[in-house]
Amino acid sequence: MTSSLMFNITTFSYLISMLLFFAFLASRNKAIGMGGSLAAYAGFIAQTIAIGLRWNESYVQGHGHAPLSNLYESVVFFSWTIILIFGILDMKYKYRIIGAFVVPFALLGMAWAQLSLQSNIEPLVPALQSNWLLYHVITCFLGYACFAVACGISIMYLIKINSESSDSNSSAGGIVATFPSARILDDMNYRAIMIGFPLLTLGIITGAAWANYAWGTYWSWDPKETWSLIVWFVYAAFLHARITRGWVGKRAAWLSIIGFAATIFCYLGVNLFLSGLHSYGGSR
Amino acid sequence: MSTKNSGLLQSLWDFFCSLKLAISLIITLAVTSIFGTIIKQGGTMEELQREYSAGAIKLFGAMDLFDMYHSWWFILLLYLFTVNLTACSIKRLPRVWKLASVPTPLLESGVEKSLSNLYAFTAKGTAPQIKERMVAFLTANFGAPVITEQDGEIHLFVQKTPYSRLGVYVVHLSIIIVFIGAILGSLFGYKAYVNIPEGGEVDKVVTRTEKSIDLGFKVRCDKFTVTLYDTGAPKEFRSLLTVTDNGQEVIKQRATIVNDPLTYKGITFYQSSYGPAGDSTFHLTVRSRNGALSMPLTLRQGEAAKLSDGSTVQVVESTDEVGPMMPGFSGPAARIEFTPPGKAPQLFIVFKNSPNFDEKRGGDMIFTYDSSDAKFFTGLQVAKDPGVGVVWLGCALMVMGICIAFFMSHKRIWIRITGSRVVLGGSASKNPAGFGILFDGLAEKLKQVEKP
Ligand code: HEM
Repeated sequence: MTSSLMFNITTFSYLISMLLFFAFLASRNKAIGMGGSLAAYAGFIAQTIAIGLRWNESYVQGHGHAPLSNLYESVVFFSWTIILIFGILDMKYKYRIIGAFVVPFALLGMAWAQLSLQSNIEPLVPALQSNWLLYHVITCFLGYACFAVACGISIMYLIKINSESSDSNSSAGGIVATFPSARILDDMNYRAIMIGFPLLTLGIITGAAWANYAWGTYWSWDPKETWSLIVWFVYAAFLHARITRGWVGKRAAWLSIIGFAATIFCYLGVNLFLSGLHSYGGSR
Repeated sequence: MSTKNSGLLQSLWDFFCSLKLAISLIITLAVTSIFGTIIKQGGTMEELQREYSAGAIKLFGAMDLFDMYHSWWFILLLYLFTVNLTACSIKRLPRVWKLASVPTPLLESGVEKSLSNLYAFTAKGTAPQIKERMVAFLTANFGAPVITEQDGEIHLFVQKTPYSRLGVYVVHLSIIIVFIGAILGSLFGYKAYVNIPEGGEVDKVVTRTEKSIDLGFKVRCDKFTVTLYDTGAPKEFRSLLTVTDNGQEVIKQRATIVNDPLTYKGITFYQSSYGPAGDSTFHLTVRSRNGALSMPLTLRQGEAAKLSDGSTVQVVESTDEVGPMMPGFSGPAARIEFTPPGKAPQLFIVFKNSPNFDEKRGGDMIFTYDSSDAKFFTGLQVAKDPGVGVVWLGCALMVMGICIAFFMSHKRIWIRITGSRVVLGGSASKNPAGFGILFDGLAEKLKQVEKP
């Protein structure tokens, strides 16, 4: 069994999961929704095994390291964390239809990684040989995954609100019938960000601690650092607006979507368009 | 103080207390920060001239945009932001402190009007019976209430984690502490750089602004090594450093690698770069193909040596790792210029790891590369930052404060019993939407148990 076989199974499962969730939207058949969740969980297990195998393969090659060291590995890990957060929400709140708007992000990540990124296992260059890499990447990506989930939920919220205002008399029909109420979506958006924000904060702090340990400067205004700060500002603004100004509903949903766009730019845009110290540069 | 003066101070204070200023500053910081990620920072003039037109250089230069994070206006923004944050927090703290520390056990009409979560109904039985049921209900579903009887009304009150209201102030304080740490670092610390050749010793380093700083002790580089993976990618840069203080070797041959710096007396040395130190010597052997002659040669790079037959040899170029330039080969290699008497110079390469390679060249003289005392210098980043501990303290407080601020809320539930009239009220310091869901659940349960 190789990691690449398991990654193929993962991608396939997420595809099935997404299709089942879409079918759930159209049919409102609970069994199909359950199938969507199960396919996502199956993919998650396959992916967990695949990441473990890849970790092991790097040891077999003689330079073992956690599979978090290049763009391919980080995208795979990102998609894993998205499904993890979705799974926790699904188990806890039982609004599985959220999967229809969250699983596609994970599928997109896996498909992109497998179709167009270099998947070679490479030994770690000296700068990356540190346990801080692990703490830094894990906290950052858990935070990013929360923001991805919040973004998916916000999109649902906007769809729900629009359809309710356009045909208030037939509110029982259409795909939005399976959605949780607007109030619950709004609350879940806040909850996801509330968990993501401390994780992002920890991610920035562990990054600073690492930079200080490796170079003696905890903050050097490298583009990636600066963008992570901008993302932090956007979500801090979201939280302040909500807490002190009572910004809920539509405006909160839009801020959440803007925040995730900034997150994606911080993660990918900075590497693709700007230059800096971070090593997930380009697709190499 | 004249009234005019105090009026000015007052309006200055009001200015710094305003939340609008806070929001404007956050947005301004976020937007201006983007410039620095697009415009090249800290480049040399040549680099800038390659990328930007003369007009752009003049314009951006005038606004300090090429080193904007250290420019006066960006630093000013950061200071304004800190003062603003401090003022906002000081202004609001007393009120919040009171809310947290003074319980409000009575659901008076004024309080009731301020609540958006209310549920009223008429209950069966006498007031004491109702009270008993309500106390049991609250204890089972939220927490044990404080009971106050006043003016013929019974008030029940439960609150949870009142001091969580202070969480945001911990966060705001932590941001200020991080700034203080950063300021301490910039006032009393420095970032510098030093190159030490193998065997060399330094007692001074040079800062980014070209200032020379006395370390107060000496650092020697005993050896520098690079190891590579099979792929040719670097695996480890290692300097063996020895620190001598007052003639005493206080740290001996400490291996310093990337991600494992050396610290002595608050000054930290980070492995950062390396390069050839110049005066490398090479040990070669030259023998004639017919076996008549074999002699060792010791050459310094660029220096020609004469052989007994009048020919000259010199090492014109060398590398410690030839792999990246010549796939299929690895290890040290040297380019040799060999000039037999009266003939044209011949240029060829010898490899330390392939000692027989030069036989295939077909010349009369065969060279092998036995060893070298190739010397390197190690490039060390040197930092002294007495503020860094303060920064970490701020970071720890920030994470703590954020967890308190987000995951804990000051929740209050009241029940007021007036005869058979019961009013349930509630408020939370955070996340009204989430608390609304909790409150509606409570009201729903109450409806069930109090079904007429
Ligand atoms: C980025 C720098 C920050 C600035 C300039 C700032 C500024 C402010 C200001 C001026 C207020 C007063 C609002 C009011 O009481 O009406 C406030 C409130 C608040 N801030 Fe911040 N803040 C910052 C960061 C944060 C962060 C990172 C958090 C995250 C936990 C946070 C959480 C809060 C909360 C929860 C409140 C509401 C306090 C209350 O209603 O009493 N702040 N902030």
